[in-house]
Order: sequence, then C-alpha cells, then structure tokens
Amino acid sequence: MRAAVVDWAREIYEDLDFTTVQRWLDDHPGAKAGGYLPVYVPREVLHACGFLPVGIHGGGDRLEIIRGDAFYQSYICHLPRSIIELAQSGRLNMLSAVLFPSTCDVIRNLSGMWKLLYPDVYVRYIEVPQVPDPTSAAGFFESELRHVVSDLINVSGHAPDAADWRRSIALYNEMRAVVRDLYTLRQQRPWDVPSEELYLLLRAAEIVPVEEFMTQARRYLAAVEADPRRPRDNSRVVIVGAFCEPPPLGLIKSIERAGCYIVNDDFVLGTRFLTSEVSLTDDPLHALANALVHTELRTSVLYEGDSLRKRRLMKEQTEASGAEGVIFAAPSFCDPALLDQPMLRRGAEAAGLPCIAFKYSENSGQFQQFREQAGTFADSLKLWSAGAA
Amino acid sequence: MSQQNALKDRSMVLQKEMIARHFARLEDAPANHEPVVYTFVPGNLTELIRSFGALPVLPEINALQSGMRKLSGDFIAEAERAGHSEDVCAYVKCDLGMVKAGNIGPAGTKLPKPDLLLLSYTGCYTFMKWFELLREEYDCPAVFFHVPYQGDGALEPQHRAYMIKQLKEQVIPALERATGRKYDEERLRHHLALSASAEDDLVAVLQSAKHKPSPIDGYFGTVYYVGPIFSAFRGTEEGVEYYRALREEVEARVAAGLGPIVPDGSLDDQRYRLVVEGPPSWTHFRDFWKMFTDEKAVVVASTYTKVGGTYDFGFRHDPGDPLGTLADYCSGCYTNLNLPSRIDMISNYIRDYEADGFVINSIKSCNSFSAGQLMILREVEKRTGVPGAFIESDLVDPRYFSQANIKNRLESYFQMIASRRQGAGAIRPDAAAVA
Repeated sequence: MRAAVVDWAREIYEDLDFTTVQRWLDDHPGAKAGGYLPVYVPREVLHACGFLPVGIHGGGDRLEIIRGDAFYQSYICHLPRSIIELAQSGRLNMLSAVLFPSTCDVIRNLSGMWKLLYPDVYVRYIEVPQVPDPTSAAGFFESELRHVVSDLINVSGHAPDAADWRRSIALYNEMRAVVRDLYTLRQQRPWDVPSEELYLLLRAAEIVPVEEFMTQARRYLAAVEADPRRPRDNSRVVIVGAFCEPPPLGLIKSIERAGCYIVNDDFVLGTRFLTSEVSLTDDPLHALANALVHTELRTSVLYEGDSLRKRRLMKEQTEASGAEGVIFAAPSFCDPALLDQPMLRRGAEAAGLPCIAFKYSENSGQFQQFREQAGTFADSLKLWSAGAA
Repeated sequence: MSQQNALKDRSMVLQKEMIARHFARLEDAPANHEPVVYTFVPGNLTELIRSFGALPVLPEINALQSGMRKLSGDFIAEAERAGHSEDVCAYVKCDLGMVKAGNIGPAGTKLPKPDLLLLSYTGCYTFMKWFELLREEYDCPAVFFHVPYQGDGALEPQHRAYMIKQLKEQVIPALERATGRKYDEERLRHHLALSASAEDDLVAVLQSAKHKPSPIDGYFGTVYYVGPIFSAFRGTEEGVEYYRALREEVEARVAAGLGPIVPDGSLDDQRYRLVVEGPPSWTHFRDFWKMFTDEKAVVVASTYTKVGGTYDFGFRHDPGDPLGTLADYCSGCYTNLNLPSRIDMISNYIRDYEADGFVINSIKSCNSFSAGQLMILREVEKRTGVPGAFIESDLVDPRYFSQANIKNRLESYFQMIASRRQGAGAIRPDAAAVA
C-alpha cells in the first residue's frame, strides 16, 4: 500500500501538465483553479471562494527551459524562469487567479510580469505582515485578505457563506494536522518515512484537492505502521534554506543515501506555516490573520524581531528534532536563505552544532558532489558523537 | 562661462561642506550625546528623525561611497570570508566589511554606533536582513516600519492607514525611547515644509533636461544632485539652500544654452539623449560615465535617481498631514512601484524628454531592481518604438564590471541608434532624432 501511495504522489509530482487539476475542473463545471507561489498563502481563501488551490513550484529538473531564460538574467534564481516556462508553454492556462506572497523581490516582481503577460488572470501580490506587534500585523493581514477575497469572489462568482468558511478552515486545519503527523513520525522513525516519500506527498498536496491528499496521507501513515523498516546507523540532520525554490528530488535522495536521516526540513513550508489551529468560531479572516501572526514558525521570509531567538534557532530546531547537525541547503541567488545563513550558522556554531552548506538549483542534475559532502558530514557526525560519548 | 563655473562651484562647494560637517558631527555625536539613527534611502523618514534631534546614517550611501573610493572590494572580501554568499547584495557585504574594518565612513571619520536601527522596509527585501545583520553587530534596538508594495499600481487606503498606525504606535515611540525626546508635531511640520521647498527646486533641476541641449546629466550628474535630499539633508535649511543654488546654476546653464559638466568638460554638443534604468556601477563610476560622454550621449532621465522619492510625478511632503505624507512618500519610492508602473515611468520619460534610446544597467546583486528587467526592456521597446540596450554590472563589487564588454555593447548600441536615425532620415529627410 505504501508503494501505491508513493507512486500516486510521484505521478502527480512528475506531471508537468497538471492533469489532475484539469480533471478536477472538468469534473466541476464552472469551478476555477487558483495558483499561488511559495512560501505562504492561506489556501483557505481560495478554497472557500470555490477555487482549487494549486501550488506553483516550478518544473524542477524535469522541465527544459526554452522561453524562461529570455525573461531572466543568469544571476536570478532558477524558480521564476521555470514558472514562466510553465506559463508560457500554456501549462498554467487553467489558472484563473494567481497569488504572489511577499517571499522575496523576485516573486514580488514576477507578480507584475504576470499582470502584463496574462491580463485576463487575476493577480494579487499579498503582503505578509512583518511588524512584530501582533495586533497591528493581524489587522493589516486581515484587511489584505478581505481585499483578496472580494476580488476572488468576482472571479469565481462564489461568495462563501459561514458554512463554506468553516468547512475550508476545518479542512486545512485537518490537513496541517496530517502533515504534522507525517513530520512527527519521520522525526521519531526516519527509517520508516524516507524524506523522498514525504517530500513527494507534500508536493502532491499542493496540487490535488485537500481531501484527496488527506486520504492518501492517512493510507501512507497506516502502511508505515503496518510495515515497519529496520533502522540504519545514519546521522540525523536538519535541512535549512530550501523553503522556496524546491530542491530536486535527486538531491534529497542523495543526502539520505549518503547516510543522513533528514529529521526536519523547510521543504514546501507553506503546508506548515501555521502552527496552531485556525479558529472555527471567530470571523474567518480574522482567525486566519491571527493564526499567521501567532505562528511559532521561524523562517527567513519573516522578520525576526528577537535577535536572541535568531541565535538560538538552530539549537532549538536540532534539539526539538533530535538532530546532530545542520545542512544549510540554499538555492543559488536566493536572498532570504543566503542572507540569513551567516546569522543562523553563527548561532549553530556557537551552540557547538556541526554544519555544512551548499547551494543548489531546482534543475541541478549532478548530485555526486552533494552526496560526497553529505557523506563526509554524516561520517564526521558519527565520529564527533563517538568522541563525545 | 566663468559665471557658469562659479555657480556650479557654489553647489559643489556647498554639498562638500554639508557632507563634511555632517560626518564630523556624526563622529562627535557620542561625545555630544547626539542620538544616531540608521535607516535606508528608500522610505527614509529623515524629517521625523530630525524632529527628534537625531542624526541619520544611511548604510547604502556609505557603501556606494566606499565603492567610489575603491574600498568596497576589500570590504566585500572580508564579508565573504565571514560566510556571506557571493550571490547576495554587495551593499550589505560592503557595509559589513566596513564595520569589521573599524567603521570609518566615506569622509574618513569614524561612524558612531546607532542608537536605533529604523528599518524602513520599502521596496527591497534585503533591507530586512541587512538590519537583522547590523543588529547582531551593534546589539542595539531596532524598529520595523513596513511599507506595503504597490502591487496593484497605487497606494491602497488600507495600506496607508497601516503605515500611519505603525508610525504612531511603533516608530515614534521607538524614536522617543532612543532619543529621550517627546514627539513634537510642529517641529516635524517645520522640517516637512523645508523638504517641500527643496523638492520644488530639485524637480525644476530634473525637468530642465527637457531642454536641448540638456543642462544636466539626468543619471551620472544627478546622483550627485539627489545626494543631499536622499540622505541626511531633506527637511533642513542646508538642503533648501543647496537646492536653491543648484537650481540657479542649472537655470543659468539653460539660459546660456550649455550642457552639463561631465568628466572631460562641458557636454554642449549632445548627440544622443538617453533614459537609464537601474543603479550605476559605483566602483567604475567615472569610466562608466565616460563611455557615454565619449559618444556625446547625455542621460535626460533615470529611474535610479527616484529610489529616494518620485518628486517629478508631483509628490511633495505636506506639512498639513505630517504622518500621512510620510506614508505617501515611502509608498511612492521607485522600487516600491510594481513592474507595470516602472514600465510606464520609463516610457513616459522617453516620450516627455524626447529620448533617442534607453539603457538598462542590470545589477547582479540587486533583485529588487533586476528581476524583470528583460521584460521591461521588451515592453518599453514595444510601447515607444525606441530601442533599448541591456548591460550588466554590479553596485560596488568590482569583480563584476567588465569594462571592455560594457563599452563594446554601448558602442554598438550608439551605432545602431545612429544608423536608425540615418535610415529614418533617408526616408523622411526632415525627421528629427528618433523619439
């Protein structure tokens, strides 16, 4: 059963024509699909307004870039050219709306390009609040969401009522709980939940209806319990920096095969951006805004108002996941990840945590160097652990 | 000619004196118990900072000055040795390298530590991390001022209200704590009135480039002209005096039919009128400028000179609405405008200033400017029918300035404009330059 779920997820991940989305649209006449870019957009608003939320994460190493390079210089990260390639080749024609969160300046500017390239598509740049004061931040984000929802209703023709909101919010609360279960299980028994499989599931979650994802994820969890695997003598690591441009699957596999259990990561981070349940009784947009500003998640795309917290972050993450070291894996030319890295690394090293760093691109095709680096790191973690013992 | 030189000398001397005085005052600030606030050029709240009796420091200005003084290469190397990536903003690395090297500023004087980092988050993601990094260095308080991006091409009312709320509830209390002074709105109004006066004169200077010959260079020369208003002198008597003198000087040049002073003298015979998008390369500023003037090309308008405010589109600081006007100002800074607005601005410049072409200087380490510039190139060409040139360099990282490559591209570009002009002339002998 596990293999069947993984095959299902892999097929969705590899399908750059978004067949699943098209099929859903065919099955739901009059309904719309709404895209969003990394890292965080509240999918509840798309869902409640009658859209199928679709995460746009580029084509990875499976997409040949023909048109995309004409839009970006060589010193811009790979993700936007890959997304433009998908769009210019017609693969994203099924999207009636695309939301661009305030992840970085590249995604921000892409929102303007989208307005020009696809004037018939609803485009909105969504500011994630950055001010540390939760009241002010929540008020601002709520007003942003009201604006977006009003526009989305115009696109879809579906104005959600209270029941629609409750249903959407409850579904995504449930989805986040399932994702948490997956992450908890991997943390406890990483040999039973390879990161390759978890990653494929998360990528599928970005495409299919939320209910379908939860069904498959629960089947996967049941299959893992039914068929436990034997632990290996691997080192436990945390991966930091891969929250936007996704790493190629081969990179994740290489790290694991080199002897590292990934026990925490920031892949497809939007699925775990909220760390508490969104209230089902509050005003829905107020509740969504409140959940965002009170998230416990710390990531490079958000301002960290507490410098001590920043310094402690890697220590906290490794302690929480039982990791022995940190791998900083950032996409080339990624401002958020690369600007944060020196601060995070200083904090990690001050806490005595071993670290390595490398850069990748979503279409990296050669993994030998990553494997060697990760393998040496895994060996050294074991040596240090042995020395400490 | 001698009178024109004397007038020019006056603005230059004034600016030099102003800057020297400011940096001397900064060096003495700890001894004199004058509070110091670090902030950024786009979205700077200089009038507000001044109203608290504090002195502003702008790290980008220090970085670009380090670039012009050929110090940035070493500073960047120092930062990269400390773990900063070669892929990220060179301003940040230059600034951090300067801090590590003793924090000696562009005037050769020591820069004081900040009493407050005022993170005006306007049009550039990197600003957020830059001040997180500086906070690590200085271990001082920071206040975050979030300026929403004009994603839909205009300042939205809820965004304006959000900014005013932050000013009232976060920024002003932080300044009160850092300076030990109470907020004085009348004092702020006074500074804002001074700003508006200087802004009027600056706009007259910028728009003088509509004349033929243009009395100014709207990019290389204008980065000097905007220096005081983009940095510490907006809202000050010194700023007003400087812009009045500059305007008089430029108007005298217009009356005399003279061009701007460029590296090799006065550029009166102007063969090409250009618009430029993107910041200059500071490490090779003079060489870069000469590539234009050698071809008798004058820049008549540029976008970089609007990163600290888009005054030529009508905005003036309004003493009648002190906090609202600060919000309006921040929101309107060039890099806070969405891509369609940037394309409109460049296209309008080409039309209004009768430009023959436009050049995009794409900066390797500045995603805020650079991401999307290839689309800007195509869209502006499509809308205006005017050809564009695309060159690549960096802000203050000397490794990314390829002199021969850039020169070749520009020479080819100028030849292309010339041949288009000849072609147009062959068809329609009375046609003016391509516009």
